[in-house]
Amino acid sequence: MNENNNLLVRLKDCGVQKSSKWIVKGISLEIHKGKIVTLIGPNGSGKTTTAKMALNILKSDEGSIENYSTKMAYVPQKISIDWTMPLRVIDFMNLTSHINKDEIIEALELTGVQHLIYNEIHNLSGGEFQRVLIARAIAKKPDLLVLDEPVQGVDFNGEIALYNLIKEICTKLNCGILLISHDLHFVMSATDHVICLNGHICCSGSPKSIVKNSSYIELFGEHNAATLSLYQHEHDHSHQTDGSVKN
Amino acid sequence: MFDDFFIRALVAGVGIAIVAGPLGCLVIWRRLSYFGDTLSHSALLGVTLAYSFSLNIAFSVFVISAVVALLLVSLQKRTKLAGDSLLGLLAHSTLAIGLVLIGFLSYIRFDLMGLLFGDILAVTTADIGLVWIGGSIILIILYFIWKSLFSATVNYDLSAAEGMRPEFSNFIFTLLLAGVIALSIKMIGALLITGLLLIPAAIARNISNSPRQMIVIAILSGILSVVVGLFASLEINTSSGPSIIVVALILFIISLVPLEIKGQLQKR
Repeated sequence: MNENNNLLVRLKDCGVQKSSKWIVKGISLEIHKGKIVTLIGPNGSGKTTTAKMALNILKSDEGSIENYSTKMAYVPQKISIDWTMPLRVIDFMNLTSHINKDEIIEALELTGVQHLIYNEIHNLSGGEFQRVLIARAIAKKPDLLVLDEPVQGVDFNGEIALYNLIKEICTKLNCGILLISHDLHFVMSATDHVICLNGHICCSGSPKSIVKNSSYIELFGEHNAATLSLYQHEHDHSHQTDGSVKN
Repeated sequence: MFDDFFIRALVAGVGIAIVAGPLGCLVIWRRLSYFGDTLSHSALLGVTLAYSFSLNIAFSVFVISAVVALLLVSLQKRTKLAGDSLLGLLAHSTLAIGLVLIGFLSYIRFDLMGLLFGDILAVTTADIGLVWIGGSIILIILYFIWKSLFSATVNYDLSAAEGMRPEFSNFIFTLLLAGVIALSIKMIGALLITGLLLIPAAIARNISNSPRQMIVIAILSGILSVVVGLFASLEINTSSGPSIIVVALILFIISLVPLEIKGQLQKR
């Protein structure tokens, strides 16, 4: 299979504008089958917005988006189910496509919440619900999986297990993954391509090259960066408070 | 045993209750009760226009409700007012325009009470056909957009990301709501239609634990309210709309009992 057959999404110079202010600008990225692309960056740096462009939820106000994915699954960052609805886990698993019960149980087992299958969603804890969200996305067997801070609220041991599961799923389903995460250890050790965002792409590349990049060090601080990088080089640009590049 | 008009009202009312069940559940889940109110208040304008230009009432009500719904969407994009303020603005201004127009139409004798609160005497055989055919169309369309509509109700982004085209189904849903209001205005009246949408679904929420169960119970309690309400209306000579809604309210109060018992048991 050549390189192009593996391409799922290509963003070329994309950006989103809200009331004449650019939330993100100049975003270019590619997601391929079997690869994990991660977005890192501070709060408000446009990670979720970028993910939503890749998912076709938001239209890009500039540039172009090519999407070749046939089945996308999404684990949103904050989801509030309206409690006026009596929704059980099993109903939620079938939300956007019909999945047979064995596969539902299998997916829930993977994330360790199979015992909650008939519970009402609003009785779940934050971490349990997050596991159900991930299970639902996996059960869909997507070719593109977008995970927006998927392990928030999950306990410490669970976090590691879920990250390993995500890595495993990527290989097993041969799906492309776009991951937003604050867990730099996982990002640096398990993903294929890292994009460092702050309203624009500060730097991107393999985890190895990223940890050496000055923009990364500037964004995440000397201490955090130092745990993962061996040396640093010259800054090629610096930021204003809103994240734009200082000239 | 019963007069013909009463049988007609029963048949039409049951049809309306069946359509109102699933739509009412969606109205509750999506917190659209005030939106339903706005559409039904504007229905009065639809009725007066129907009289002015001798149009079919249901058709005219449907068109006006749909226009109001579209106006709301475009106003939401253009102004900085919150949704509830815009709804209030549209609800009361369309109601007011409707009432002003009635003033101009002094040459036609109007049964204003009938328009506002429903009149079973007004249900004709043609109306029964309208309710059942129109209702079936609404339910068939609802069936086809259900997955999209339901997933968007749970989470819009998730639904959009996974190719359910929620924007389209939301738009269709608005038209379906306008449709059910058009079908039920004669029977229930402009002021009380939202009650028939909401209360059976609220009863169902109290005693169900899955979406499907909630819809079935909403339909059944809607039918029960209509049947008992119409009998009461006949017996004690009250308007049909209010009688049906009062019965629904009584059922709602009864549906609270299992919740109370459950709560007491959990305390122990």
